[in-house]
Amino acid sequence: MIELRGISKVYRQGGREVSALQDVSLRVDPGEVFGVLGQSGAGKSTLIRCVNLLERPTQGRVRVNGKELLSLNPDELRLARQGIGMIFQHFNLFSSQTVAANVAYPLEVAGLPREQIRARVAELLSLVGLSDKADTYPSRLSGGQKQRVGIARALAPRPRILLSDEATSSLDPETTRSVLALLRDLNRQLGLTILLITHQMEVVKAICDSVAVLEQGRLVEQGKVVELLSRPGSHLHGLCYPPFTTGESAVLRGGQRVELSLSGEHSTRPILSTLARRFDVDAHLLEGSLERVGEARVGRLLFELTGAPDAVSQALAFLREQGLTSEEAAHAW
Amino acid sequence: MPGELTHSLWVATLETLYMTSVATVLVVLAGLPLGVLLVLTDRGGLWERPALHRVLGTLVNVGRSVPFIILMVAIVPLTRLLVGTTIGTTAAIVPLVVAAIPFMGRVVEQGLREVDSGLVEAAIAMGSTHRRVIFRVLIPEALPSLVRGTALVVISLLGYSAMAGAVGGGGLGDLAVKYGYMRFRTDVMLGCLAVLLALVQLVQWLGDGVASRFDHTSPHSGRAHD
Repeated sequence: MIELRGISKVYRQGGREVSALQDVSLRVDPGEVFGVLGQSGAGKSTLIRCVNLLERPTQGRVRVNGKELLSLNPDELRLARQGIGMIFQHFNLFSSQTVAANVAYPLEVAGLPREQIRARVAELLSLVGLSDKADTYPSRLSGGQKQRVGIARALAPRPRILLSDEATSSLDPETTRSVLALLRDLNRQLGLTILLITHQMEVVKAICDSVAVLEQGRLVEQGKVVELLSRPGSHLHGLCYPPFTTGESAVLRGGQRVELSLSGEHSTRPILSTLARRFDVDAHLLEGSLERVGEARVGRLLFELTGAPDAVSQALAFLREQGLTSEEAAHAW
Repeated sequence: MPGELTHSLWVATLETLYMTSVATVLVVLAGLPLGVLLVLTDRGGLWERPALHRVLGTLVNVGRSVPFIILMVAIVPLTRLLVGTTIGTTAAIVPLVVAAIPFMGRVVEQGLREVDSGLVEAAIAMGSTHRRVIFRVLIPEALPSLVRGTALVVISLLGYSAMAGAVGGGGLGDLAVKYGYMRFRTDVMLGCLAVLLALVQLVQWLGDGVASRFDHTSPHSGRAHD
């Protein structure tokens, strides 16, 4: 659906060359929610702007909806852009126009007759729950409402792709959740393919199927969110789960400190009680979390095992056998 | 003030209004495209033409730095060519327009530059032509500041027109110099000043009123539609 191949972007800044992107390649499949995660300055904005050629890459190929965008003439490019919706961190609504006129704008660009525009605008406003705000100016709306108008406007010409440029970064947590839920619904109901950039791990965990991690203009990792999160040692895992804060002092019982990564079937099994029954050891919880990521559950657990030395080492062997402990995680104190 | 002079004041006011309003229309018609062009051709603009931008910018600066009284004399041949004479209110319109176009151009340029570049980006991302970006996004978004800027230009035109009048163009400036200054008629002088002051106030008030009607950028501004 979206394919970027070997994208590089170099800016000239006062005689100096600044490289924003270096040899970035990624592929977004139809119907997928794909997140690009990175800190500010990593090149995310440049990357997403290369997809609809708001920025022209210095090198590389951009293939969207089966078209090589870089080989299109200006008229063809404008037409292609109508099939790619975009929403923005600061909404970018036209302040001089009412909500309805904002949503109507891309339909006018597409040259639809007035009657059809009116009907489609009403339909979209009801889709995003803002039918009563049609004649209001954007300045009178809350941030969440503004972003909903932005989404309605982006979806007006029925694009198959939606680009989201930090769409929730200026919203409060509550509103962020509701906007993300709306995007998820649109993805499922309309089969909308979404490419989003964000610096928020929560966004990736909440709605992304796949993720690419961008650092200083380079992609350092790309894959399914659940897979990467359940693989200790992946960049995403490292970003999502910084080292446990519970230090040495927390291990008071002279036992064995154990760190588990939980995902897939492991996440639903009664591991701790199994250990207690089979090996006659006790597990003292120190720290941990378990959460839903899409359809799956991932998490990790830090605990201290106490009991007879033999029993503890057998329990550890069992955990290792089950593929539950990562090498560096389980170590004796 | 005798009836005769009151009549003169009335005629002079009409002449001033005639010069200023015709000049305003022409200045807006020429200044708007000039301002748009200044923005479009600039580096990073929608129609980047650095050389053209420099030429336009230089012309505007030259136009704005020549004192009006000198400009008026300097373009006498142009005035004669366009109007056939260099005396009278119609002839005075030519230097007024020439002097105010660069000013209007800058006013428009500044207004358009204040428009959030994100809005232009959004419009481009939706597949807009440049033409649509200019007429459906840039100008409507800049409208409040364009209106305020135009009021400023009209007020300067009132001032210029008084100067133009003093060298044979008629209007309030002419009357003020001929009667008020040369014949020591303080009452005429004060009358002219009062009318000019009222006109300036009126233009400013209209400008502010119309601008805030178009301004929807803050939750409490503009006219509610709901």
